[in-house]
Amino acid sequence: MEVFVQQIINGITLGSIYGLIAIGYTMVFGIIGMVNFAHGDVFMVSAFIALVTFLILTLWLGVSSVFLALLIVLVAAMALTSLVSWTIERVAYRPLRGSFRLAPLISAIGMSILLMNFVQVTQGPRNKAVPPLVRGEITVIPSDTYAVTVSYKQMIIWAVTAVLLLVFWYLVAKTPLGRAQRACEQDQKMAGLLGVDVDRTISSTFVIGAALAAVAGTLYLMYYGVVSFADGFVPGVKAFTAAVLGGIGSIPGAVIGGLMIGFIESMWSAYFSIDYKDVAAFSILAIVLIFLPSGILGRPEVEKV
Amino acid sequence: MAAITTTGRSDDATLARAFKEALYAGVLSFGLFVLFIGLKTDQNIRNELILVPRWRLLGVIVVLVMIARFVAVAWLQPWIERRKAEKARAPVVEAPPGFIRQNFNALGIGFLLIFPIAMVLLFGFQGSLKWVDNFGIQILIYVMLAWGLNIVIGLAGLLDLGYVAFYAVGAYSYALLGTHLGWSFWVLLPAAGIMAAMWGMILGFPVLRLRGDYLAIVTLAFGEIIRLVLINWREVTNGSAGISGIPKVSFFGLFTFNVSDPNYISKVLGIPQSGAYYKIFLYYLAVALCLLTAFVTIRLRRLPVGRAWEAMREDEIACRSLGINTTTTKLTAFATGAMFGGFAGSFFAARQGFVSPESFVFLESAIILAIVVLGGMGSLTGIAVASVVMIGGTEVLRELQFLKLIFGPDFTPELYRMLLFGLAMVIVMLWKPRGFVGSREPTAFLKERKAVSGSFTKEGHG
Repeated sequence: MEVFVQQIINGITLGSIYGLIAIGYTMVFGIIGMVNFAHGDVFMVSAFIALVTFLILTLWLGVSSVFLALLIVLVAAMALTSLVSWTIERVAYRPLRGSFRLAPLISAIGMSILLMNFVQVTQGPRNKAVPPLVRGEITVIPSDTYAVTVSYKQMIIWAVTAVLLLVFWYLVAKTPLGRAQRACEQDQKMAGLLGVDVDRTISSTFVIGAALAAVAGTLYLMYYGVVSFADGFVPGVKAFTAAVLGGIGSIPGAVIGGLMIGFIESMWSAYFSIDYKDVAAFSILAIVLIFLPSGILGRPEVEKV
Repeated sequence: MAAITTTGRSDDATLARAFKEALYAGVLSFGLFVLFIGLKTDQNIRNELILVPRWRLLGVIVVLVMIARFVAVAWLQPWIERRKAEKARAPVVEAPPGFIRQNFNALGIGFLLIFPIAMVLLFGFQGSLKWVDNFGIQILIYVMLAWGLNIVIGLAGLLDLGYVAFYAVGAYSYALLGTHLGWSFWVLLPAAGIMAAMWGMILGFPVLRLRGDYLAIVTLAFGEIIRLVLINWREVTNGSAGISGIPKVSFFGLFTFNVSDPNYISKVLGIPQSGAYYKIFLYYLAVALCLLTAFVTIRLRRLPVGRAWEAMREDEIACRSLGINTTTTKLTAFATGAMFGGFAGSFFAARQGFVSPESFVFLESAIILAIVVLGGMGSLTGIAVASVVMIGGTEVLRELQFLKLIFGPDFTPELYRMLLFGLAMVIVMLWKPRGFVGSREPTAFLKERKAVSGSFTKEGHG
């Protein structure tokens, strides 16, 4: 029982990170029908931005308050990652819009390879470890053999994710920008005719997705304390899996899918073999898709002839 | 300024715009690069992270970006516009294809056959090793893989992101059967092909109902599952350490390439010992396998099943309503594609003598997919050209040691290989989204054979 509760706690933490990344995939797919393969690497880039900003703050500027540092790092990572994603969209995807379907996908895969190797070349191939920022934990269920604990790190992750999801929900549901986005999702040409700036809306989709990925990247760095140039791929694929699982194109679906992948992974690690946790996540993806081909909250694809 | 205006190359407005754009580009690149190029994280002796500033490098790169943007906006773009306008005005004259164009395939095959001989003549046996092995065999393996994947994506229109799984199945079947049972290459090659084809069916079966990106992500997941199983099933696959000591290919049992064997090639033929014979033999073997793949693909396109693939790529619903069994059509496409992946895998295992899960990462799938798409999907020649450009191009970077003279002794061109590969993928897509060969020759036609533009064919949505 204690193990189960503990794994739920760990699963929510992991799932929050996946969910934040998955939103970027699902939004971009919903609006332009493209798999933004470089998104996982954008996430990795954001973790590096967070790392360097954190080092500037602590080594050069001597910021001692952890929370102030974390806040500044978060804002800086969101801003700079948005810039990266905006540039990628402008340079590598926008010229290919309206071209045949695989062209943006190949361009995105190329971008993903490019980002990964750019970081490797500029920052070196080694793992970058930061000292643990936040220590301490709260014991939820005290026990002599297996105490269930929630660390402060995990609580920060939950809080940040919850707040950002609320802000994000407000942005999509209540603001003109969100309305424009939903309009473009339904019918780009019509939205354009009715005075929505389609290009700018799509750019803003990339920017928002990247900002959420940056939050995930910062939290990831804080949680694991280590990042390397190759760390974008696996979380990226899992987040994409989460987006597909939840029904690609559906934003609540992405969050639910992320949490599910997080749960599956932590449960599997606890009860079965930790070596095969990724196999479990991918197998469940395959099984769900075979029986529920459009995901949990996705609309079934109807083809009219 | 006056000179520029009189030649009509540019005017003040364009220059002003170029200046502004260059400023934007500078600010943008500063923002993008400041934390990556401007500052480098490094470990000190106590293993703590420190920051090493590289402001000068950052400055140089930002200025270079600004200059590039200025030149692009001020001169390059107007020039391209003018070219376009001239082309639009000039009447379209279809130039008859030249000699090289007409006989491209024959010339290509001829070149393939004499390539190792030419290399031996130019560089000697020892010097030719690098060219035949790193360039020749390497590129041919990718050609084989890409032609195999082409059946799945280019012909049947099924977007498969986990093709490397079949490559791995082929390589591991070869490695395991070869080391445990000691079978020869000529038995193992079909065995590995059949094994991979079987896995193609097994993996193809569950995804029959899926379309487009869902299919892509599930195949990607299968590719990853196979790799993770190879890493973790240590009793059989020896985990990430891989399997070594895979037997070499023999020349139909007539002579072998192991120096210690009684029928080692130099003993049989009475020529001096050299490692190059084996590589040259492997090279011709790869050429033969490639030609086999090409031949089968070309013939299959004319068979009912090949026509069914192409019909399914164009419109699955129409296909079904005309009575084509899409289940078998999809499964045969997966199995045939997988079989060629298995052939390539077993050849790879025989060539390396060592396999490990490291060789079968997603990046390989991405590279093969990129080659297929860059080659123009469905065009065998285009795909071959694309693999020469992409794989050969990145291999050439290993050879650019003279760059050390320019950038200093710390400069290692190898590091930039994949960076440039990714960049090349993006640039080629922007420049030619349809790939190098953008037209198709239909196999079925009414009166005359006419090449159609690639824009008229659908792909990758099945």
